[in-house]
Amino acid sequence: MSDIEQRVKKIVSEQLGANEADVKNESSFVDDLGADSLDTVELVMALEEEFDCEIPDEEAEKITTVQQAIDYVNANLK
Amino acid sequence: MSKRRVVVTGLGVVSPVGIGVQSSWANLVAGKSGITNITKFDASAFSSQIAGEVKGFDVSQYLPAKEARRMDIFIQYGMAAAIEAVKDSGIVVTEENAERIGVSIGSGIGGLQLIEDTDATYKESGPRKISPFFIPGTIINMISGNLSIMYGFKGPNVAIVTACTTGTHSIGDAARMIEYGDADMMVAGGAEAPITQLAVGGFAAARALSTRNDDPATASRPWDADRDGFVIGEGAGVMVLEEYESAKKRGAKIYAELVGYGMSADAYHMTAPNMDGPRRSMRNALNNAGLNVDQVQFVNAHGTSTPLGDANETSAIKAAFGDHAKKLVVNSTKSMTGHLLGGAGGLESVFTVLSIHNQLSPPTINIFNQDPECDLDFCANEARDMKIDVGVKNNFGFGGTNGTLIFRRI
Repeated sequence: MSDIEQRVKKIVSEQLGANEADVKNESSFVDDLGADSLDTVELVMALEEEFDCEIPDEEAEKITTVQQAIDYVNANLK
Repeated sequence: MSKRRVVVTGLGVVSPVGIGVQSSWANLVAGKSGITNITKFDASAFSSQIAGEVKGFDVSQYLPAKEARRMDIFIQYGMAAAIEAVKDSGIVVTEENAERIGVSIGSGIGGLQLIEDTDATYKESGPRKISPFFIPGTIINMISGNLSIMYGFKGPNVAIVTACTTGTHSIGDAARMIEYGDADMMVAGGAEAPITQLAVGGFAAARALSTRNDDPATASRPWDADRDGFVIGEGAGVMVLEEYESAKKRGAKIYAELVGYGMSADAYHMTAPNMDGPRRSMRNALNNAGLNVDQVQFVNAHGTSTPLGDANETSAIKAAFGDHAKKLVVNSTKSMTGHLLGGAGGLESVFTVLSIHNQLSPPTINIFNQDPECDLDFCANEARDMKIDVGVKNNFGFGGTNGTLIFRRI
């Protein structure tokens, strides 16, 4: 597991109160991990904090799975 | 149709003298003060540096971590006390009764700590860093809201805000909802978490707080000649109210009956007390209960330890009860807990019910030199076994809002 993947999964697990084992790359925040709309907003804020970046709202809306979050961070991080 | 009767079938407490009904009550009876130096923030620049803090509160015993961290601590306290009360009552929520169970738990101020913290985040990092849970984490009706979600209570769901009378009104109004038929059970009380920089600073600016910083345990001293203000406290007190026939039918443990509720306004001053408002509040409650003054033995007073307030309440009790006032035992548990503001009426109503249930008045501690102007029997310094058929609970709040509850042994 890459460092970024590990950090993303840790944040997802903390923010959504899910067991780390249940946080898989293909997991959907809403369908698999029980997130609601406020949870996903807060999750994006936590990712911004962790990776010291700003994720625009229109991009944030497209991040609905763990893999999409990992991909976004990989593509946009300096 | 005769009036539906309302009884108390569950109790819950988070307080400066203990978490849970048993330990809190034991400490009260033993006369232990819950007042210490403030540890929640550096209070060295404040004129009042003491408070009744809740010690050793572990929210994970009540709520999942994910939910708890989105709630200001006043919500966490309210939830914890309510969960204990619901457990104690033995209520089981079913499809049949869910719509008949409601919640009425208020707060005087709400989530001030989270408001202060979020304001700091905003000033440092801008609006994008404001949490989506900021609003639901701070607004006052979110104990009632979260509790209904947790248990599936689908009846009335309200949160009253009347400063230091909040808990009293929350319980009184909840009882009325049962009497009137809107609900068969109500989880009712008050919660507060005001040991924050702005709340302590604000009350200190109003010269309302004790500055006896060198001796926290004796700072809250209702009716003592040297009292110098109230000591701010935090926590929650919640009770389950239930229609009498419903409680009897399910074989519930019944602590007491809530027989009277009175309200009034001083229509006088924002913060200064007035004798006539509290007097009328007590009279209204006695009338509502259909009781004569000589049927009352015990009063859990508002008794905040402010110079004006304690003398005023003494005069009001004498005006409301006449000659019988001298025969009453009048107690202030604030001498040990400090003043929980919107939580006070909840916590002290629980203590009033426990006084009746145990036939015992807790002491008013720290009466070293009783103010001659305050010349009632305040159960000074030692708990007392006594016959209590009827106990009265007073609370008075900023704005001049008053509330009185009357509980009877059953």
